[in-house]
Amino acid sequence: MSCLRALFFLILLPALSIATIGTAFADIGRVKSASGAASIERNGETIAAEPGLALHESDTLVTGNDGKLGVTFVDNSRFSAGPNSRIELSHFRFNATTLEGQFDTRLQKGSVAIISGQIAKKTPDAMKVRTPSSILGVRGTEFVVEANQ
Amino acid sequence: MSIGANTVLRGVALSVFLMLAACARDTVTLLPGADGGSSGTVAVLSEDGESIALINEPYQVGSVRGDAVSTRTASAEEVETNYGDLIRTLPAEPAIYVLYFEEGTTNLMQRSAPEMKKLLADVAERPGAEVQVTGHTDAVGKAADNDILSLQRAARVRDLLIGMGVPPGDVISVGRGERALLIETEDEVEEPRNRRVEVTVR
Repeated sequence: MSCLRALFFLILLPALSIATIGTAFADIGRVKSASGAASIERNGETIAAEPGLALHESDTLVTGNDGKLGVTFVDNSRFSAGPNSRIELSHFRFNATTLEGQFDTRLQKGSVAIISGQIAKKTPDAMKVRTPSSILGVRGTEFVVEANQ
Repeated sequence: MSIGANTVLRGVALSVFLMLAACARDTVTLLPGADGGSSGTVAVLSEDGESIALINEPYQVGSVRGDAVSTRTASAEEVETNYGDLIRTLPAEPAIYVLYFEEGTTNLMQRSAPEMKKLLADVAERPGAEVQVTGHTDAVGKAADNDILSLQRAARVRDLLIGMGVPPGDVISVGRGERALLIETEDEVEEPRNRRVEVTVR
């Protein structure tokens, strides 16, 4: 009995945890275009951005002087990042069956153009963009945000 | 003495930094919709989620510093100069293809074959393309059963697309049951046009 229990803790429990982590890291979107200095920061690591690269919650889009990025999300939202930008995808939840979700972005510096998708269409203000000095609630629209002018 | 001067300098530098930070303004510019009119609304919110100002006219610019918001209207030329490049970097709009099935089956109807061909060409053309297959049902049967049926229909089309060469990692299937009827009907009404699968290519 104690042997079985040990087996459970040694093998099954870690296996279960891995399965859970697997779903927590679900793709929330993809890079569609990248030029110049453009990368994704994930858990302190820098990943070169290229078309097809999957995005995860908490990733930060980073561009340098000559950098540009185009990305899409699973709710059909679309972003483009201008040069010298840092855009953190702080929080993303989306239920593709009910279309309910929450999408929080933090523009730390630079600029971002946004065309909102199903999350903002279904629930006003469920999509938010935070800048160093403001909080914006998105109610189904196309707009550009620039930090620190 | 030199330490004193250093401290003063640091104090001045800190004050300048703080003043700059306090003066920093973030701007939000609303773009026109496809018809040239307003594309919607962006609300400037307070920390507790209250709406302070609404930006809802084409090319309206809101400058925000904390709770202080000033608005003006920019010209199309100004927005093009400042953001033209950025706007053109936005990825193409996702395209939706609708496929129909023979009743009670997952067999694609003959008339949907050309749509399938267009879809595959689109997938090949988009960089980093991904495909979302969304199944729908009509209003006949229990909502929960229709959720399952719509997902089965979507999964079948996913297999079909993979068979046609779309990489498995690029296709997801979703079921929306009877939540999004194409043709609005009362509950329990048969409607072939509602028994469909929509394929979104992003």
